[in-house]
Amino acid sequence: MKHRTFFWFILPTFLAMLIFIFLPIISVILQSVHTSHENVLITVENCDPFGCKKVTSIDQNATKNLNQSKPLGKFVGLDIYFDRGHLAIEKFKLLWNNSENIFSFIESLSNLPFYKAVFFTLTFTFTVTPIMLLLGLLIALGVNSISKKLRGIVIFFSLLPMIVTPLIGSIILFWMIDSRGIIGNLIQWLLNDPNLSLKASTSLTWIMLIVYGVWHAIPFSFIVFYAGLQTVPRDQLESAKIDGANKFEEIIYIIIPHLMPLITFVTLMQLMDNFRVFEPIVGFSAEAHATSLSWIIFNDLGGETRQLSAAATSSILTIIGVIILLSPVLLRTWKDFKLKK
Amino acid sequence: MKKTSSNRFSILIYSFIIIWVFLASFPFFWTFWGSFKVELDFFSISNWYNAVTGKNTFDTYNSQFTGAGYEGIWVQEEFWRSFVNSAIVCFFVVLTSLTIGTLGAYALSRSNYKYTFWLLITALIFRAMPPITLVAGYLPPFFEWNIWGILPTTIIVLVSINQPFTLWMLHSFFQNIPKELDESAKVDGCSQFQAFRHVIIPVMWPGVITTGLFSFLLAYNDFAVTSMLLSDENRTMIPKIAAFLGTTYTEGNIMFAVAAVVSATVPLFILVMFFQKKIVSGLTQGAVKG
Repeated sequence: MKHRTFFWFILPTFLAMLIFIFLPIISVILQSVHTSHENVLITVENCDPFGCKKVTSIDQNATKNLNQSKPLGKFVGLDIYFDRGHLAIEKFKLLWNNSENIFSFIESLSNLPFYKAVFFTLTFTFTVTPIMLLLGLLIALGVNSISKKLRGIVIFFSLLPMIVTPLIGSIILFWMIDSRGIIGNLIQWLLNDPNLSLKASTSLTWIMLIVYGVWHAIPFSFIVFYAGLQTVPRDQLESAKIDGANKFEEIIYIIIPHLMPLITFVTLMQLMDNFRVFEPIVGFSAEAHATSLSWIIFNDLGGETRQLSAAATSSILTIIGVIILLSPVLLRTWKDFKLKK
Repeated sequence: MKKTSSNRFSILIYSFIIIWVFLASFPFFWTFWGSFKVELDFFSISNWYNAVTGKNTFDTYNSQFTGAGYEGIWVQEEFWRSFVNSAIVCFFVVLTSLTIGTLGAYALSRSNYKYTFWLLITALIFRAMPPITLVAGYLPPFFEWNIWGILPTTIIVLVSINQPFTLWMLHSFFQNIPKELDESAKVDGCSQFQAFRHVIIPVMWPGVITTGLFSFLLAYNDFAVTSMLLSDENRTMIPKIAAFLGTTYTEGNIMFAVAAVVSATVPLFILVMFFQKKIVSGLTQGAVKG
């Protein structure tokens, strides 16, 4: 395609991404190194018959002028990155020097809001992803061996947890695990503890969120692997059977290698999606026990006091996290592209 | 001997699949059933079985089912406004995304220059970023220009943040269409755009519909961005439900929220019923090419 034609075809989508993704990133970077101006104070001496008093008040005009001349605020460099709400460098050093071992260090670090969110986000990402891969594969293998007539209906119901709005899916499960809900009741009955509440404990909340994450993500890996299973070469399976391989060996030596590109693909998509975990924390009202990077940003942005600088800083740190997470894939794509040329 | 062991094996498989189907679908049926009950049945302290029989519902309304929750949310709380807002947002997001997305993805699939690769890679990075990270960049200019809180702004933002995904998906569909097709059209005297419009798009139709379904889902399901960008009276369904939840726990109108949640799930349920095959093909498309 000619450069000129290409340009006109790509222009609308290019502009959309430039204006609403690229420029906002620049703006977010700028905001993360600025903080809002402090009010300009003015001290005047008020004298009345009883004597003179010094009164300090906000100089409205000067403050307004300052905000207009420098709308971004005061330049503070990386101060916000290092403050207590984010990387908390000073506290980090202090804990590092004072902690006896790595576990107590991590434990005290997780009291800081940013690290608390990082720990949960990483735990969620790296537990949900392998579990959903494994269960999705097992279900795909199962569905592949049941009667063809039943497969359509199984796929229909399997799609529901993934297609449902994440916030709604988590609210539905939250109501069921409420101590007055059916799952909550069941667990109380099973453990014989009528006062058990899943919401009260941090570790149970984490497990609950991870279970939700897996439930929500299984359909994706199941559908992709199921489609992959339809393309497993028949002759390889036949010859394996003749050689006396059992079902398990078939899976390990033929099916898994055949599905490997799909497993990479699903892993990549899931790492990206799980890293942005947010809605379940709102749906389960779990913020007292678990927060995620997306949740901190949302929390800073919302409410009466929109803390844009704080949110911008968390955003940049999150984007850096995503890029680190993706770097192996990006490198591989680059190599593939070079090979193609 | 061989026969029985394989029988046992298939019983194992069937029960495994039945358990999965149950886990996947039961929460929906349970909540749907419960949405026609009163709160004392839906959240039953005395006996969970009340939620099935509707004992307290019968005591209150003389019937095992009641539409009180639905009436409350749709009429009293004017949930239909949010429904209309959601419909408007989804319609325009899908339309715009597909229009600019097909043009862009077609160009990307028919060009081999280095910048094609860089555009696709940039789109992939944009796709990986959580959309909420951009919101801090939107708010100051939107407030400044007084375009915060209205539907058109949100529609444009949703279109843009979903473009990377749309581009990648359509790109892989376009790659499946042989280039000879446009070449022969051009030999017959078509311009590139005419070839695209009259030869490629008719063949691409299934791919466009599939991508449209996913754009719809992204717009419909979005919570983080829409709740930050829409003012209270312009809220779509999902932010509305979230905002409503905050107040219901105190006001005791929890059944309104249950009815709202079920109402917002019904369109998705219908979507899966009609487009199951398309959704499956969309999910596997990226994978097969990737």
